[in-house]
Amino acid sequence: MNSDKVLDAKGLACPMPIVRAKKAITDMEAGQVLEIHATDQGSKTDIAAWAKSSGHELLKDTDEGGVFKFWVKKN
Amino acid sequence: MSMKAMSSKEVAKKVMNKEELFILDVRNADEFEDWKIEGDHFQHLNVPYFELLDGVDGIMDQIPDDKELLVVCAKEGSSIMVAEMLAEKGLDVSYLEGGMKAWSEHMEPVKVGELSNGGEMYQFVRLGKGCLSYMVVSGGEAAVIDATRMTDIFTGFAKEKGVKITHVLDTHLHADHISGGRAIAKETGGTYWLPPKDAGEVVFDYQPLNDNDEITIGNISINIHALYSPGHTIGSTSFVVDGKYLLTGDILFIDSIGRPDLAGLADDWVGDLRETLYKRYRELSEELIVLPAHFMIIEELNDDGSVAEKLGTLFAENHGLNIEDEEKFRKIVTENLPPQPNAYKEIRQTNMGKITPDEDTQREMEIGPNRCAVR
Repeated sequence: MNSDKVLDAKGLACPMPIVRAKKAITDMEAGQVLEIHATDQGSKTDIAAWAKSSGHELLKDTDEGGVFKFWVKKN
Repeated sequence: MSMKAMSSKEVAKKVMNKEELFILDVRNADEFEDWKIEGDHFQHLNVPYFELLDGVDGIMDQIPDDKELLVVCAKEGSSIMVAEMLAEKGLDVSYLEGGMKAWSEHMEPVKVGELSNGGEMYQFVRLGKGCLSYMVVSGGEAAVIDATRMTDIFTGFAKEKGVKITHVLDTHLHADHISGGRAIAKETGGTYWLPPKDAGEVVFDYQPLNDNDEITIGNISINIHALYSPGHTIGSTSFVVDGKYLLTGDILFIDSIGRPDLAGLADDWVGDLRETLYKRYRELSEELIVLPAHFMIIEELNDDGSVAEKLGTLFAENHGLNIEDEEKFRKIVTENLPPQPNAYKEIRQTNMGKITPDEDTQREMEIGPNRCAVR
């Protein structure tokens, strides 16, 4: 899936993946897609819940051998 | 004002002393709904940390200024972030050290009573998970029953007491938590007992625990008598300790009864459950003090933090022991059951020795409430 920006949050513990994601998406245009890579177990559910509560759209997420990837479309 | 760490042990004391605490839980809503820290006088506010990244102004009016304040998250990181913000706003605030992970593993030993010849009975209360383990201490020896995977707690306690663990028993093959029984037996050289009907698929050596088996602890001899009591699982076995205590495993709880479906055989086992609760237990002395392997709600804790009640009282007050109609009983324990415990199939496989997940994975598997009962 295409993305406009990739955020590498691997190795970061909660809450940093979402702190970084929020910062990254703030600088983007509406409609652009942010791709996030994380290894924190909690990010699986938290990124989905964060996207929902902040009005962004989680287009897709995958688990590639312990690396979780998310594609979030900015509102 | 200031932020400090609060340990699971301190929180456990507040639960047991029925103190007040205001908990700001910053995990996401699903996790909070599923499972939280409960106390008789605890109040909760759930606001996920990711809604507080820009600050805590929006929730300040929901936080009382006359109560001790604790911020809780899954592992600790987010609760520190939020607690720092609250401290900057002038509040005295604590965060839960190690988060819900640490809470889920914390156990408090409570002495439930004396046994003959100077023996003692201890209950280990795992508040975060509702699990109860036991240690029978007598004449320099100890038996551990329904141990959790936090084996250090049991071996450390035995060391502190100056006793040697000689027997390790599980009332049944657990589906809600990973047993520490086999590991403790290995470490201490004790004998590991399992009911053979639950152990058909286990891949390690164990001592079969059969109806009417007697196990003696210490040279002054405290007797553990096995009583076959199927229903939660086909092998479920109760123990009568020193003619005084009835360890019921997951068959009978204080305010509920065991569910028969966690091995996928509810319809087959409901008859066994009925037979155990309405016939086998009825033949026992009503003076026996019931010590179950779980509690579901914080109201089941006695004033001293223990979970224990006379069998006679349970016959009078436990709803699950007072369903006269067999068909109605069958319906209650096989229909509309609560959701099954997290990862219960994998937990059973682990307890059979078929899989050996690493520690982090074991921790994840056990997250959430135990849900072994029907009310």
